[in-house]
Amino acid sequence: MGVEGIGARVLRKEDKRFITGKGRYTDDMSVPGMKHAAFVRSPHAHAKITGIDVETAKKMPGVIGVLTGAELKADGIGNLICGWMIHSKDGTPMKMGAWSPLATDTVRYVGDAVVIVIADTKGQARDAAEAVDVSYEELPVVVKTAEALNEGAPQLHSEAPGNLIFDWDIGDEKATNDAFAGAAHVTKMDIVNGRLVPNAIEPRATLGVYDAGEDHYTCWTTSQNPHVARLVLSAFYNVAPENKLRVIAPDVGGGFGSKIFIYPEELICLWASKKTGVPVKWVADRTESFLADAHGRDHVTHAELAFDKDNKILGLKVQTIANLGAYMSLFSSSVPTYLYATLLSGQYDIPAIHANVKAVYTNTAPVDAYRGAGRPEASFVLERIMETAARELKVSPAELRRKNFIRTFPHQTPVIMNYDAGDFDATLDAGLKAADYEGFEKRREEAAKRGKLRGIGLSCYIEACGIAPSAAVGSLGAGVGLWESAEVRVNAIGTIEILTGSHSHGQGHETTFAQLATERFGVPIESVSIVHGDTDKVQMGMGTYGSRSGAVGMSAVVKALDKVEAKAKKIAAHLLEADEADIEIKDGNVRVAGTDKSLPWFQVALAAYTAHNLPSGMEPGLKEGAFYDPSNFTFPGGCHICEVEVDPETGVTEIIQFVAADDFGKIINPMIVEGQVHGGLAQGIGQALLEGTHYDDTGQLLTASFMDYTMPRAQNLPSFNIMTTETPCPSNPLGIKGCGEAGAIGSPPAVINAITDAIHNNNLTMPATPQIVWNAIQAAK
Amino acid sequence: MYETQYHRAASVEEAARLMGEAEDGKFLAGGMTLIPTMKQRLASPSDLIDLRRIEALKGVTVDGRNVRIGAVTTHYDVSTSEELAKICPAITNLAGHIGDPQVRNMGTIGGSIANNDPAADYPSALLALDATIITSQRSLPASDFFIGLFETALEPNEIIVAVEFVGPDRAAYKKFPNPASLYAMAGVFVAKSGDNIRVAVTGAGEGGVFRLKDAETALAGNFSPSALDSLAVDPDVLLSDMHASADYRANLVKVMAKRAVAEITNRPM
Ligand SMILES: Cc1cc2nc3c(=O)[nH]c(=O)nc-3n(C[C@H](O)[C@H](O)[C@H](O)COP(=O)(O)OP(=O)(O)OC[C@H]3O[C@@H](n4cnc5c(N)ncnc54)[C@H](O)[C@@H]3O)c2cc1C
Repeated sequence: MGVEGIGARVLRKEDKRFITGKGRYTDDMSVPGMKHAAFVRSPHAHAKITGIDVETAKKMPGVIGVLTGAELKADGIGNLICGWMIHSKDGTPMKMGAWSPLATDTVRYVGDAVVIVIADTKGQARDAAEAVDVSYEELPVVVKTAEALNEGAPQLHSEAPGNLIFDWDIGDEKATNDAFAGAAHVTKMDIVNGRLVPNAIEPRATLGVYDAGEDHYTCWTTSQNPHVARLVLSAFYNVAPENKLRVIAPDVGGGFGSKIFIYPEELICLWASKKTGVPVKWVADRTESFLADAHGRDHVTHAELAFDKDNKILGLKVQTIANLGAYMSLFSSSVPTYLYATLLSGQYDIPAIHANVKAVYTNTAPVDAYRGAGRPEASFVLERIMETAARELKVSPAELRRKNFIRTFPHQTPVIMNYDAGDFDATLDAGLKAADYEGFEKRREEAAKRGKLRGIGLSCYIEACGIAPSAAVGSLGAGVGLWESAEVRVNAIGTIEILTGSHSHGQGHETTFAQLATERFGVPIESVSIVHGDTDKVQMGMGTYGSRSGAVGMSAVVKALDKVEAKAKKIAAHLLEADEADIEIKDGNVRVAGTDKSLPWFQVALAAYTAHNLPSGMEPGLKEGAFYDPSNFTFPGGCHICEVEVDPETGVTEIIQFVAADDFGKIINPMIVEGQVHGGLAQGIGQALLEGTHYDDTGQLLTASFMDYTMPRAQNLPSFNIMTTETPCPSNPLGIKGCGEAGAIGSPPAVINAITDAIHNNNLTMPATPQIVWNAIQAAK
Repeated sequence: MYETQYHRAASVEEAARLMGEAEDGKFLAGGMTLIPTMKQRLASPSDLIDLRRIEALKGVTVDGRNVRIGAVTTHYDVSTSEELAKICPAITNLAGHIGDPQVRNMGTIGGSIANNDPAADYPSALLALDATIITSQRSLPASDFFIGLFETALEPNEIIVAVEFVGPDRAAYKKFPNPASLYAMAGVFVAKSGDNIRVAVTGAGEGGVFRLKDAETALAGNFSPSALDSLAVDPDVLLSDMHASADYRANLVKVMAKRAVAEITNRPM
């Protein structure tokens, strides 16, 4: 490891512009003639549109266009799609209701877009939007996940009778029932994983520009995956063919999944730009973000875990209702299925698992992937029921887990996943030691003297990153491949540009990806630039989500670096009159091993471009591309331990310590990994303690601002005690597993396990706000 | 936000005149409540008359035990007044826990009490301290000023100039913040001057700030936290929302009241 190579704590190259306010976000983009859009949105959760009168609005000052869904349809713009096909257990394909980008006859959630207004200023657009007169005939509403399937529940889509999108199964039901038949103990639980609003710091925004001269579109957008956006906008929504559509995702202020999907707004702004002849910009305000960004989680589950007389797990049964909201967002169907139920084996050797998932429509915002996407829901089910089982069996929660750990790899679970590597004892041991688990009872007694209820809770999670290989996900219903591309361009003076399909919106790729080239060629990190986020620059890519940038994106870079290195060595061997096999590249020099013959790196690059003296038949230039398709998922895992004190008088929970011992495989930049873990833990603890999404019975979102929706603040969090162990991932060249979501996946059950331990009431929902904890304490009295 | 006309008044008289001339004017102080309301298009004043530059409305003055806080004094300035901390640390402490630093540097005491948010902190202090509200037209006791949820005795053109009170012998404020907004979900201000004990509650009352007379009576006989052990706070007169049920609020009121009394009795004289 050099000071800037793999494993070094290199400071983030991108931070200078971010912390000096010089980042360039979509809302910073301005083009001549640009106008501003506002959307008219449904104030009702469910209603028939009986009329749309735009005449008054059209005459308002500054108004350029007032456009409806009927006009959009007339121009051949398609409905929004869900890109992952799920088949129900009876073999029928999922039942997807039509999602018109602008509603034409029915609105299905508060915030559903109905009309776009374009005007000279944002204020004028909003004034005119208020003057649009939409008449509604209200329809009955269903909001709650558990009620969507009830007999007589209001129907959202005629395509999905009974609001049931799919009824999907995984695992062997019969084998699982058989396993339960022989059980010495069965733990049963109802578990709710509440709905979350992602709340990236930068609201969604888009700028659509139609160039009539070239019949070409440019779309600036807050996207985690601009190439996927272009693909979907072209292939499914008929905006324009790919060569006539450039998508640029410049600096993006956080995504957490919510900026993966293609939403109505960017599609409509592109279309409206052609329709009105002006560039159209839209920037969400925070309330629009609350209403109309895809939300996360929202599962209602019943789980049962069977043990033999030695406390070995025999089987697991899980039934989940997953609320997908009013429409199926782009990857919504994959989240409660292949990203959830495939992780239900956790770190344990479970011979038989059966899970059933029913996905339902409700009159709420669409639900899709949110940091962890399915895996937090799985770890919450499994780690809550493990802790509960330990209490019922009166054994140590740590030892019950240890007894059931998987110890030989590869390990085939009953739910598709094939774990390639791991050492769960190592993370558990590290966690227990760091948390002084042994000494807990003393601390509990001491706290009791102060009138505080002290509790400790564990979570031994596993997750899967870098969803792959493409052929496998294709066979499971994915509409896209999940590889990544990279191009390494060495310039004539030896500086390097790395083009990647991975998008960076907070992850620090401009630093970590550059560290790979620095490690390889010994060039200073300043001479390596990362290019991403523009379909005109990077040929193709699948973007950033599911903690895939390290495991998949960096692997593609490594493949391209291999090719560049091979060519550079050929050139150097020729120039130095040596054998290619003897050439080594180190500290910015290319030399013949064991001799003092060497060339500086830049001279090799220069030789490639002057082409005065290249090996015969070699093409000039030093630039290589690669596509990398992984052979398996990667499997980060770890042990999170949370210790809390609850004030019985008020129900306030204070986190006394939070330990996270994670195995992320090989680490490129420990500082950036720590940052990812801290952020993930803040989000996971936020879910456990603070963040609750409330719709009232009429489908109005009550928590539509930060005055009512509690985001985690520094004061809610302890100073984290985090550490890593390392079992390299065998399936990719760097041995990387991924770390972006682990914090949010592992932490919620640890927190809830700790609180329920403290208050001696296991019946506790998230977020465990003071009121909810106080109620639980009263109920246990 | 709708279009609006901004005016900067140099005196209370000018502000009143500008308001008289405006079609549908509003006084502007820190803007921490008014501006977000306008941004959400829930308020659309034709004119904004900014009071913050009026010298006569600024600052904290302490004269013996008499305290005067000008209406446009920010929460930050109240919280950092050393003179005031000597007379009534409970109120400087209260001001230091309003919202967040941004809010404390902009928000004002006049704006806070004019708005009379049922979850605002100051109303409890002013009611417990038996403060006088001085306006451009009159003086009135806090008990007559605060009327109901977001409702005060102010007339449309009336400007709050200052609040005045006599420093209590001892006082304490305990607040249980709403986890999201950090406003009070239950805040209890206890003030003791000789035998006069006043307990005022904010954040919890269905009709806004109110005096907890049962607690005052209990404490008159025995000024200690245990005097409140058997206090029954009636949930029927308390707010109930997604953040806190009336029962939970009733519990919080009692706990905060006891903690306020404990702070007073534990603090050295
Ligand atoms: C995020 C956030 C958190 C907050 N947390 C708390 C909290 O924890 N506790 C708390 O108590 N408050 C809290 N507040 C409220 C804040 O402290 C201000 O007190 C409040 O917003 C009003 O004061 P202002 O000076 O900003 O008034 P403005 O917003 O300018 O005005 C509010 C109203 O009062 C009127 N007004 C203002 N001054 C006068 C005057 N002198 N005479 C007559 N009418 C007048 C205005 O016309 C307007 O109707 C919070 C606010 C925010 C935004």
